[in-house]
Amino acid sequence: MAVILNTLHARTATRLSLRTFRLPGPCKVTRPNALRSLNTNTTATGSSQSSRWRQILYTTGAVAGVGAIGLYYALDQSVKASDLELHPPAYPWSHNGFIKGFDHQSIRRGYEVYKQVCAACHGMKYVSYRELVGVSHTEAEAKQEASEIQVLDGPDDTGKMFLRPGKLFDRFPSPYPNEEAARAANNGALPPDLSVIVLARHGGEDYIFSLLTGYMEAPAGVVLADGMHFNPYFVSGSGAIGMAQALFSEMIDYEDGTPATQSQLAKDVVTFLSWAAQPEYDTRKKASIDVSSVVPTRWVLLIMIPMLALLTFWKRHLWSTIKSRKILFRETPKLPPKKS
Amino acid sequence: MALASTLYRTLLNKTSTTAVIVIVGALFYERGVQTLSDTIWDAYNPGKQWKDIKHLYEK
Repeated sequence: MAVILNTLHARTATRLSLRTFRLPGPCKVTRPNALRSLNTNTTATGSSQSSRWRQILYTTGAVAGVGAIGLYYALDQSVKASDLELHPPAYPWSHNGFIKGFDHQSIRRGYEVYKQVCAACHGMKYVSYRELVGVSHTEAEAKQEASEIQVLDGPDDTGKMFLRPGKLFDRFPSPYPNEEAARAANNGALPPDLSVIVLARHGGEDYIFSLLTGYMEAPAGVVLADGMHFNPYFVSGSGAIGMAQALFSEMIDYEDGTPATQSQLAKDVVTFLSWAAQPEYDTRKKASIDVSSVVPTRWVLLIMIPMLALLTFWKRHLWSTIKSRKILFRETPKLPPKKS
Repeated sequence: MALASTLYRTLLNKTSTTAVIVIVGALFYERGVQTLSDTIWDAYNPGKQWKDIKHLYEK
């Protein structure tokens, strides 16, 4: 038979208490006869032993986890601290921040820079012309851009491949048909595809911007191989990069009249590359506002987290009666034998 | 309190009516949250979006 006692919180006990009750009739007790101790841990020493092992296990796990995180962080730091490598500084991109999106005018200018300067050597084979629609170009303009390229299309009725002007669903063209051709034309170096370069390089936008604007004369004592150029931001360790400086002030004319300084060119092309690597950027950031927009975003920390704390304690207060109850098992007195 | 208990009795007493309220409410709530977040987004990103510049390029 179980007799349930409420031991704490007399005030809430009246609202949440369970009445003591007794099952009617005789009840077969299969346990050996013993008045169990008041301690609910009947295997007192056994369970405290196992809980001690559990404590040790959890502590070890926590220490190992913290240690692993620290080790990963230290290793990550030490990757940046190789001999001649230079950290790119953190630039104040207009899309940095929790609720900031891309500057689409900048994406449009960046496309111009890419097309006129970078597309000579770098492809962007995972970006389609249709992705420009509604982002940086109207549909008519994107169609016009696509139609300027020639695309090799499937066999015609006679079985020959043929060239046709591009359409919206075509990808950006690659300047070389394969890697070997690219290397042959660039002194053995492979110009990487730029579709996701901003995500594929440690440092992201800051790194690409610093690289494009960071060309300089090799310092005294640094000997560059033939055809190599010096860029302190390049990750090779010696600063020798196969690409020559590509961006110079006034090298192109912007359609909207913006002065085409070197840093303007670099900023626009990096914004364009950043969009190309993350076309869902604006939607993703908006969605994160959706999630936290029951209150204005900047009050999330001030309201939701204290509310969470209050609610946890309120819940624990209300549940304390249940969670602190003790259960006793007590054998019922033996009934006298039935008189037949 | 009387209002609350009246509301409960008429609307939330049965699971079926509660379900209808939850589903319809979710539609309107989602719409409201989207509008709110669009407003916040437009406030923090003035002039940067395609809708702000497309008038320059549409004939």
